Amino acid sequence: MDNTALTGSTDIAAGPELAKAATGISGLDQITGGGLPLGRVTLVTGSAGAGKTLLGLQFLVAGAREHGEPGVLLTFEESAAKVAANVRSLGFDLDELQRDGLLVVLSFRVEPTEIVTTGAFDFEPLFLTLDDAIGRVGAQRVVLDTLEVLFGVFGEDSTVRAELSRLARWLEDRGVTAIVTGERGSSSLTRHGIEEYVSDCVLVLDHRVHEEISTRRLRLVKYRGSAHGTNEYPFLISARGFVVLPVTSIALDYAAPEERFSTGIARLDHMLGGGLFLGSTVLVSGTAGTGKTSLGAHLMNSACARGERALWVLFEESPGQVLRNMRSIGLDLRPWVDAGLLRMWAARPSAFGLEAHLAALSRLIEEVSPSVGVLDGIGSLAHGAASPEVTSMVARQIDLFKARGITAMVTALGHGDETSNLSVSSMVDTWLLLRNIETNGERNRLLFVLKSRGTAHSNQVREFVLTDHGVELVDVYAGAAGVLTGSARLAQRAAERDAELRRTDELDRRRRELHRSISERESHFAAVQDQLAAERAELDQLDLRERRHVTSADADRLAMAAGRWADADPNGGGQR
Amino acid sequence: MSDRHLTDDPIAVRADSDQYWDLRLYVTGRSPNCLRAIGNLRRACEEHLADRYQIEIVDLLENPRLAAEDQILAVPTVVRRLPQPIRKIIGDLSDAARLLVGLQLREPGRTRT
Repeated sequence: MDNTALTGSTDIAAGPELAKAATGISGLDQITGGGLPLGRVTLVTGSAGAGKTLLGLQFLVAGAREHGEPGVLLTFEESAAKVAANVRSLGFDLDELQRDGLLVVLSFRVEPTEIVTTGAFDFEPLFLTLDDAIGRVGAQRVVLDTLEVLFGVFGEDSTVRAELSRLARWLEDRGVTAIVTGERGSSSLTRHGIEEYVSDCVLVLDHRVHEEISTRRLRLVKYRGSAHGTNEYPFLISARGFVVLPVTSIALDYAAPEERFSTGIARLDHMLGGGLFLGSTVLVSGTAGTGKTSLGAHLMNSACARGERALWVLFEESPGQVLRNMRSIGLDLRPWVDAGLLRMWAARPSAFGLEAHLAALSRLIEEVSPSVGVLDGIGSLAHGAASPEVTSMVARQIDLFKARGITAMVTALGHGDETSNLSVSSMVDTWLLLRNIETNGERNRLLFVLKSRGTAHSNQVREFVLTDHGVELVDVYAGAAGVLTGSARLAQRAAERDAELRRTDELDRRRRELHRSISERESHFAAVQDQLAAERAELDQLDLRERRHVTSADADRLAMAAGRWADADPNGGGQR
Repeated sequence: MSDRHLTDDPIAVRADSDQYWDLRLYVTGRSPNCLRAIGNLRRACEEHLADRYQIEIVDLLENPRLAAEDQILAVPTVVRRLPQPIRKIIGDLSDAARLLVGLQLREPGRTRT
């Protein structure tokens, strides 16, 4: 086997990209960076019913229909007619492809009961058959499903191993892109170790049932010469065939718009510096009954009020129940539902597997094409499956929204602390925590903004009050006595109002007193002025009288002198 | 199960019926395995089924599509077409005892009882 394939991961980025054959399976081509290695053999292994045959068939159909690459299917498990019937429901018409010379379906049914081996043999007829079929349609793709059946018939014969090894080399020499399928072994990739002969690309399909919920997973164990994602990716077998759901956020290349999106609660928008960023994701966590759904309802309501479409996925309640409950806080969302703006979709987490939830959400998003979405109660998905699986599922669900620029709110039951039990907090842009606090025999709700990427957000705690006209955020009383909420806050308010009243009363009294005092003093001052004026007037009168008296006395004296005809006075006297 | 043990027991060989044996041997050209198989099969038939058998040799190299049609995966393969049911014996038939068991000329369990 040639060893030209790149093995160092540093070389992968720099070296020439391996030629690939697209599988036509959405998601798988994304993970593999374009498809399976062209002209090489890929091993697809998994337990019974994991979807190996379907993957192979889809690879062949995609090749024949979309890439002009005819194919050959050689099956050891079912008759050709049965294979064709099985995939007809997925829209794969194998008979038509065969008539068009794009596909050859061959089957070898080997019944161990009617076969006895004695002495040396080889699988030359298998090679002849393949060679003939490949030549007949000019096949470039070959699927062998499942080669390991041969071990069941011939036992752990060294001949079988030698022939399988020869077959793998032969397929490569023919230059066809091949898939061989194998049964998953308990400790090895395949029950009979056929991965030994197929070393370029190995895909493992897994179909596990955990707490009665089945999940399908695909893992790319090996892809020589190509960079690839190594995670487990959920996949499902949908009406359109095999669908793999990769996290597209591998690239983290979302657009980051500057526009804001109102939460429908003015004070919350203010706390977030103007609202949510368009296309961002909000996590609302909190204990039971803290109002998570109500926050979601506001977001839905405000979007619909602007005439935008909204998608509300409910994992805990039925749409009817939610609509009724929201009416009690004054949010009537029914008109939006009737107008076709609001799409509500409820699904019990345990109703079907996680990947089916994901597929359903993907389909809904495509159908509704909402500008905003709410996933209500994602935590309850954890009832259906193990936590790491749920986390990865929620991450993918968030991703579905993000990739399309849809503003999303995810509500989860938390235990009131800052460590989310579904470790998705790193994936969200904004995290609102709702917490119940219990004081004075009552429970009240508090809202915190734990984080909000890229926005100046309030560090304040607000009391979250559900009124009959929706959610209101109220300043809590934070003082020496601690944070006061509910009736304690109201009592504090009243006490403050009383104190305020008393203070203004006191001021008024003082003001009146001063006014009175001033007016008293002013009147007193006026009286004094009057007296002063009177006294001045009297004084003036006195002076006048005095002058008048002197003048008249002089005149009298002169008159008297004249009257007496006295001697002329040499000094002239009164003629001055 | 030893060869000696089997041949010591004449009841095990159902050669006394008037059943006709129709056998077909699939080969790919003149590979050593195939040539050996032809020789071994002829010898066994002469010994146990003299005048009551027919061997048709089919070369898959000449008609590869027969492999899928007749469900022949490996060569050499002997197919017992008659008597029914169909049996397939794969290999160069070098183990005569296994060949007889395979052709059901001899019941594998009979030697024990």
